[in-house]
Amino acid sequence: MRELVCIVCPRGCHMKVDDELNVTGNFCPRGAEYARAELTHPTRVVTSTVRLEGGEYRRCPVKTSAPIPRELIPRLMETLSSVTARAPVRVGQVLIPNVLDTGADILVTREIDEA
Amino acid sequence: MYDLIVVGGGPAGLAAACSAWDSGLRSILIVERDRQLGGILNQCIHNGFGLTYFKEELTGPEYAHRFVELLGKTGVEVRTDTMVLDVTADRRVHMTGPKTGYRVEEARSVILAMGCRERTRGAIGTPGTRPAGVLTAGAAQRYVNVEGYLPGKRVVILGSGDIGLIMARRMTLEGARVLACVEVMPYSGGLTRNIVQCLEDYGIPLYLSHTVTDIRGRDRVEEVTVCRVDERRRPVPGTEMVFACDTLLLSVGLIPENELTTRAGIEIDPRTKGAAVFENMETSLPGVFVCGNVAHVHDLVDFVTQESQRAGAAAAKFVREGEAAGESLALRSGNAVSYTVPQRIRPQNVDKSANVFFRVNRICGNSQIAVTAGGRRLAAFKRDRLAPGEMEHISIPKKLLEGVTGEITISIEEVRE
Repeated sequence: MRELVCIVCPRGCHMKVDDELNVTGNFCPRGAEYARAELTHPTRVVTSTVRLEGGEYRRCPVKTSAPIPRELIPRLMETLSSVTARAPVRVGQVLIPNVLDTGADILVTREIDEA
Repeated sequence: MYDLIVVGGGPAGLAAACSAWDSGLRSILIVERDRQLGGILNQCIHNGFGLTYFKEELTGPEYAHRFVELLGKTGVEVRTDTMVLDVTADRRVHMTGPKTGYRVEEARSVILAMGCRERTRGAIGTPGTRPAGVLTAGAAQRYVNVEGYLPGKRVVILGSGDIGLIMARRMTLEGARVLACVEVMPYSGGLTRNIVQCLEDYGIPLYLSHTVTDIRGRDRVEEVTVCRVDERRRPVPGTEMVFACDTLLLSVGLIPENELTTRAGIEIDPRTKGAAVFENMETSLPGVFVCGNVAHVHDLVDFVTQESQRAGAAAAKFVREGEAAGESLALRSGNAVSYTVPQRIRPQNVDKSANVFFRVNRICGNSQIAVTAGGRRLAAFKRDRLAPGEMEHISIPKKLLEGVTGEITISIEEVRE
């Protein structure tokens, strides 16, 4: 039996998972899904920033379009540090498709105009 | 003369303006001191916003963008780079900006949505020298996420509020070493999910019932001393731990930014440090409303949005119909409740149900939230767990308020197991 707190939403359900991966204490099905994934193969959506040239600001915020394996986060951060975006950037714009072969894209999350 | 002037273009001001527009007002002005709309959301690049309101997980800038897009479809006028200096009781709004100069605009209604600011080292009186490297978590967030500077390499975080937890992860991902997160209370002030995904994921220790008792360093922070505290939050001698570090981030609470509110002569609730409000977010000054973190500090922007939409609709109703009528009931905070918003309810002015936000002052297990009046139980709501770091919300149907006079008490009854 493992106890864990759901991080899918800010509600933060306190859940219990038994050895057969049966989940209790979850408010919604996403919680059960998260609990099973967390015990077998944890994943996270990663948010960060990349360098931005020619914009009103020097950093462009980005995110992965889907959760990626948690152990890939350090490699993802290295990849992001080698990327430079150019203003203008738009919300949802793909900066890196299929990053690290995860199937997830790196997306822009803020509108930044040219300076 | 505007129908409505909204002071502040963050999530609260944006939602309030959109909702006032949808409720029929056609002459609305938003005044924002920053260059862009969106407020603090623009530097909150992490995700988890919008799960309640949009039913999807957005980052801060994306959440702000949704409302900026909505606003773009309205005729709401926006003045960025403009600072409001004064709001008077007769709803004249004094403002200044580089493009317009000093201006006084009149309005039939005003919504104050200035948000909040962080408590600083001065507010908590931490002893020690005064070197560089002591900054609030939100300032560090701006440096890292917007300006592109990493403000330190070896970091201790005092306070376990959400911004502190988020910055523990953020600084780690950007290559800093976060040595500890230190919390004076026996529980965290942040959301549980942030403890898991910001501290536990990265092996950052959380010291509950601990505080920083000394800061050392001449030009730059060199070390901080962390001490256990007793039940009365006094440091326990002999429990000192010294961390060699160059940065101390403070995440020790937020204070609603109410200089304008106070100067306008509006009644402030000392518990929320925001204006005391009625069910529709109207203050003691008729026609002046507040919403978002300037009213009380929220944990979730989704609730800011809902509250602000109520304020926007209420401002429109005020312009249309004038002052709200009816007796008002006082909301009293009973057992384990530290405050409620609103502080007063006019049952006659309640639409279908009255929304009440509140916080508990300690962790409660399996509980009932009891709503009582004159010894009579009006309603009860079940909760498995209540924590001070997570704002609670109940909705009291209008029909239950009928016939009630005087005051209503919200209290927590823990169920013995």
